[in-house]
Amino acid sequence: MTTQPPQPDEIRALIETEVHREGPLLPILHAIQSAHGHIPDMALPIIAETLGLTRAEVHGVVSFYHDFRSTPAARHVVKICRAEACQSVGANALTDAVLSHFGLDAHGSTPDGRLTIEPVYCLGLCACGPAAMIDGKVIGRASAESLSSRLEALA
Amino acid sequence: MKIYVPLDSAAKALGADDVAEAIRSEAEARGLQIDLIRTGTRGMIWLEPLVEVDRGDGRMAYGPVMPDDVAAILDGTAETPGPVEDIPFFASQTRLTFARCGVIDPLSLADYEAHGGLTGLRRALTMDAAEIVEETKTSGLRGRGGAGFPTGIKWDTVRQAQADRKYIVCNADEGDSGTFADRMIMEGDPLSLIEGMVIAGLGTGATKGFVYIRSEYPDAITIMDRAIRLAREGGVLGHDILGSGRTFDMEVRVGAGAYVCGEETSLLNSLEGKRGVVRAKPPLPALEGAFGKPTVVNNVLSLATIPVIFEKGAQHYADFGLGRSRGTMPIQIAGNVKHGGLYETAFGLPLGQLVNDIAGGTASGRPVKAVQVGGPLGAYFAPHQFDTPFGYEDFDAAGGLIGHAGITVFDDSADMLGMARFAMEFCAVESCGKCTPCRIGAVRGVETIDRIRAGDPSAVPLLTDLCETMKDGSLCALGGFTPYPVMSALRLFPEEFGTAKEAAE
Repeated sequence: MTTQPPQPDEIRALIETEVHREGPLLPILHAIQSAHGHIPDMALPIIAETLGLTRAEVHGVVSFYHDFRSTPAARHVVKICRAEACQSVGANALTDAVLSHFGLDAHGSTPDGRLTIEPVYCLGLCACGPAAMIDGKVIGRASAESLSSRLEALA
Repeated sequence: MKIYVPLDSAAKALGADDVAEAIRSEAEARGLQIDLIRTGTRGMIWLEPLVEVDRGDGRMAYGPVMPDDVAAILDGTAETPGPVEDIPFFASQTRLTFARCGVIDPLSLADYEAHGGLTGLRRALTMDAAEIVEETKTSGLRGRGGAGFPTGIKWDTVRQAQADRKYIVCNADEGDSGTFADRMIMEGDPLSLIEGMVIAGLGTGATKGFVYIRSEYPDAITIMDRAIRLAREGGVLGHDILGSGRTFDMEVRVGAGAYVCGEETSLLNSLEGKRGVVRAKPPLPALEGAFGKPTVVNNVLSLATIPVIFEKGAQHYADFGLGRSRGTMPIQIAGNVKHGGLYETAFGLPLGQLVNDIAGGTASGRPVKAVQVGGPLGAYFAPHQFDTPFGYEDFDAAGGLIGHAGITVFDDSADMLGMARFAMEFCAVESCGKCTPCRIGAVRGVETIDRIRAGDPSAVPLLTDLCETMKDGSLCALGGFTPYPVMSALRLFPEEFGTAKEAAE
């Protein structure tokens, strides 16, 4: 993932890799977000033009889905499950403790740009909760202490 | 020596990758020749990471294994309960859909075939489309995603539809808390899903398939992608399926964090690159589905069960079960339980037996207070309802649903008013916004429950009324079924809603 603001040509190149698919918009958005960490505003008119959509239609899709960000997340993204199965084994207390450890609200990022903590509704780890995911890596039977210290160790 | 270590997400979440690494380096240090095979999970999550070692006399199980235990396992001095098949939780199951999961290397076509894979497809290739659909109908298989619609009937509608192009869409947007069977099969036996989709294509005349997987399942996405490539290279997909001259190909599509996309019409919109808004039915997706063409939308488990039905025969499958709930159900035991995991069994087992005997009660050791069956849109059940047999009609009659067969157990510390509020809050966050009862009703539901929490008894009838409106007026199951957890919590635990006192007065 690059941190430089993307150039229009980079966006066009990413669109090019997915545009042959049937219903290419979500794959295009995923490709852009995975390369740049978010969907920059400047990408919307380019996508719209390529797909023959209006900019509003593209914006409508981007804003509908929880995954797509309009600004980059911090360097590390932590998702803590707060669905029922994890709640039954103490996910709410865990979430509160980890958020307060870092002085954050849900969806918040630390000022040093290191950590974004988000709620997630189910990671499919319902028999080994509370569950979390750090940068796509799954964690089961998390405790507030183990998770916080793991997060402290991230650069 | 063959050593099997799961690569399933749940096993990885509990340290399976570290264990595999420890085994590799310990074996190397000893100059020991080992064959390390990564498999799916056997489904006993409390024993994960569960390692199996075959020294030529069968696979011996060890679990849960930590990296420190590896030396003793290689020495042969570690304790083992014996083969997995002897562990009571496993021994009492009937594994049809999950027969290969945890046994084979999920990314080996040879391993897959050696365990019965592709037998069903080869048989299907000798049948015409009508015969394939008839076989599916005979099996009694009903949609495992939750609605329980007969799979064969859905296929028949698509088969008879006239169009230049038809699709098979696999709904792998498994967003329900307490469910993970779709993930397990995609990570542990992805080729069975692919084989099932190819058979569905042959039965309906569809030549293109999509597996729509939620983005919260990165490991399943990677494995499915690799399995599809493997199947293509092995001639299972493409323009000449197993040399038959028939065509079917498929690809993975990744969701983007919208729960409502598990609803089939919303999924289709998302697949087409639109907002994941629910469509009104009719038209049925079977007639106008993906890109306006006739489309089968089936859950992962429905499609992954097709190969075994064609391998062993529809009647073999239909011989399991109870009433109109035929075959087996992969039940997912989750939440506060001692023995959580996947338990595949014929329909008909009483809920209490699942919770108390098979799951062994709560992990916390406290009494069971409530069990939510069927995910966030499923009703809560209390211990006095534990004699309810696990089947579509029986759960319906008891005021609930089996959904995708996840059961989430709560101990007596659960705050049921809080859980009811959570159901409304979840619906408000995830509503697609198309219909008013869901979009506005869920927000008002949260507010109304807050009034009840604050001690306003007049809010209780309001909540009941609101739930009626959501149930009757919503377009899809999100708004329509959110009342299940809310009303069941209110009905079973009135004292937590401050109404028991009122009734006593």
